[in-house]
Amino acid sequence: MAMIEVDALSRRFRDVQAVDEVSFSVERGEVVGFLGPNGAGKSTTMKMITGFLEPSGGTARVEGFDVRSHRRAVQARIGYLPEGAPAYGDMSVGAFLEFVGRLRGLDGARRRERIGEMVHRLHLADVYGRRIETLSKGFKRRVGIAQALLHDPDVLILDEPTDGLDPNQKFEMRELIRAIAGEKAIVVSTHILEEVEAVCTRAIIIARGRVLADATPTDLLSHAGIAQAIEVTVAADAHDRARDLIAQVAHVRTVETIGAVNGLARLRVVGDGGRQIVTAVGAVLHAHDLPVEDLRMERGRLDAVFRQITQR
Amino acid sequence: MRTTLAVFQREFGAYFASPLAAIFIVIFLVLVGAFTFFLGGFFERGQADLQTFFSFHPWLYLVLVPALGMRLWAEERKAGTIELLMTLPVRTWELVLGKFLAGWAFAGLVLALTFPMWLTVNHLGRPDNGVILASYIGSWLMAGVLLSLAACLSALTKNQVIAFILAAAGGFVLMLAGIDVVLGFLRPWASTAVVDFVATLSVLTHFQQITRGVIEATTLVFYLGLIATCLFANTALIEREKAK
Repeated sequence: MAMIEVDALSRRFRDVQAVDEVSFSVERGEVVGFLGPNGAGKSTTMKMITGFLEPSGGTARVEGFDVRSHRRAVQARIGYLPEGAPAYGDMSVGAFLEFVGRLRGLDGARRRERIGEMVHRLHLADVYGRRIETLSKGFKRRVGIAQALLHDPDVLILDEPTDGLDPNQKFEMRELIRAIAGEKAIVVSTHILEEVEAVCTRAIIIARGRVLADATPTDLLSHAGIAQAIEVTVAADAHDRARDLIAQVAHVRTVETIGAVNGLARLRVVGDGGRQIVTAVGAVLHAHDLPVEDLRMERGRLDAVFRQITQR
Repeated sequence: MRTTLAVFQREFGAYFASPLAAIFIVIFLVLVGAFTFFLGGFFERGQADLQTFFSFHPWLYLVLVPALGMRLWAEERKAGTIELLMTLPVRTWELVLGKFLAGWAFAGLVLALTFPMWLTVNHLGRPDNGVILASYIGSWLMAGVLLSLAACLSALTKNQVIAFILAAAGGFVLMLAGIDVVLGFLRPWASTAVVDFVATLSVLTHFQQITRGVIEATTLVFYLGLIATCLFANTALIEREKAK
């Protein structure tokens, strides 16, 4: 049985169909990236799964419990970080976690143990006694995660956990998600694509309330037809020669110049065969004594896939 | 019950986490004292009772109690913490009750801090302490009614100022339902039964009875019934409005 089953979930707001028959399921051990432009219906879907918002149609089940008929049973099994990690600014970190723990029904000893664990794991010891409103964004987000993980749920729903964080904090957040993944079912919404590649085992792309793609990040990339591209940087004066040489390498389909600055020219090589091309291109340039400044597999092209899919 | 207690403690603490509690206590005590001694002519009356003191409570509550109730839900909605609160595995009415009780307990605390009035009047003469106790209870119940109304109305908006105005206006109507201006407005077109019903809704009339020493079961039922009605409406409203 899937940990999360979303079944034709729909939500209308007056005349706007915010979520339109969204269906997917998440198994234990999966980290699903919920991707989409702003206003695509990501948050609305998450609010319905967590029982905050009533669906207009369809339903969601968590560990077999239907959110429409067993809301609290579902909520007890989910750890949820709402968008923007809201928390009571006038409370200290400790008092806030204590409060959430009590509402989660954790008894005294268990509560202390779990709060201790969260404080240790999310490095909250230094800010434990501080009011949440005085904390930096990164710490506030960590408090939000601590709150979501407090009862050690098997299902975790995180709405834009890295939004507004600086690069170091983003890195930490991803490390954390990776660390807790394993035995849980996790849904992470984001509009940052690198994040999906960094932590997700699967990506669901949603736009205008509909699911447009549901596949592993690698599969999504291979559909794009540009996954096999490599990028070569050579000196600008050797540019024409390099181009001709590369064009003759086996499996290369096209070579195009994508830029020339500071005396260096960049070429994009597209072909079949992936890594072999990198090796072959490197070898042919080396054999003809053309200095290669940089040579790499092109990556981070998920945004192209995303554009392609969401603007179709 | 565990949920209600946790919410109660958090909300009660929240009053003291900002200057609200201190400001509220000082203003209430200063105003109630000023009204009693200057407007009410406490000494001039030459009577050892607290009638003048209690007679100003409804009007003070009209302005001050909405200030206690306005934040209860409007603030949660504004800050987005309502999404956190209402995705925890708890029943909505437990939250509603916890928040209300916190505000009510705070009102009770403020009321208790007027004890020097009681000491004064006992020092000056031999008042009927039974009536005074009944009046305190009546005053606290009336604060409860206005607070439950304020809490309920604050579920309608994200804006605390709007919540305040709604609560003050609603309280005003509830308070004045029994006076002639309102009844005179109804009489020409409403049936006698309706007019009588509206008259019994007046929070003020019931309170005045209590301060004269008449405390009836119907009055208690009336106040507690109003509170229960408001809290019930509050639960339904916040369920409906939470995600908007």
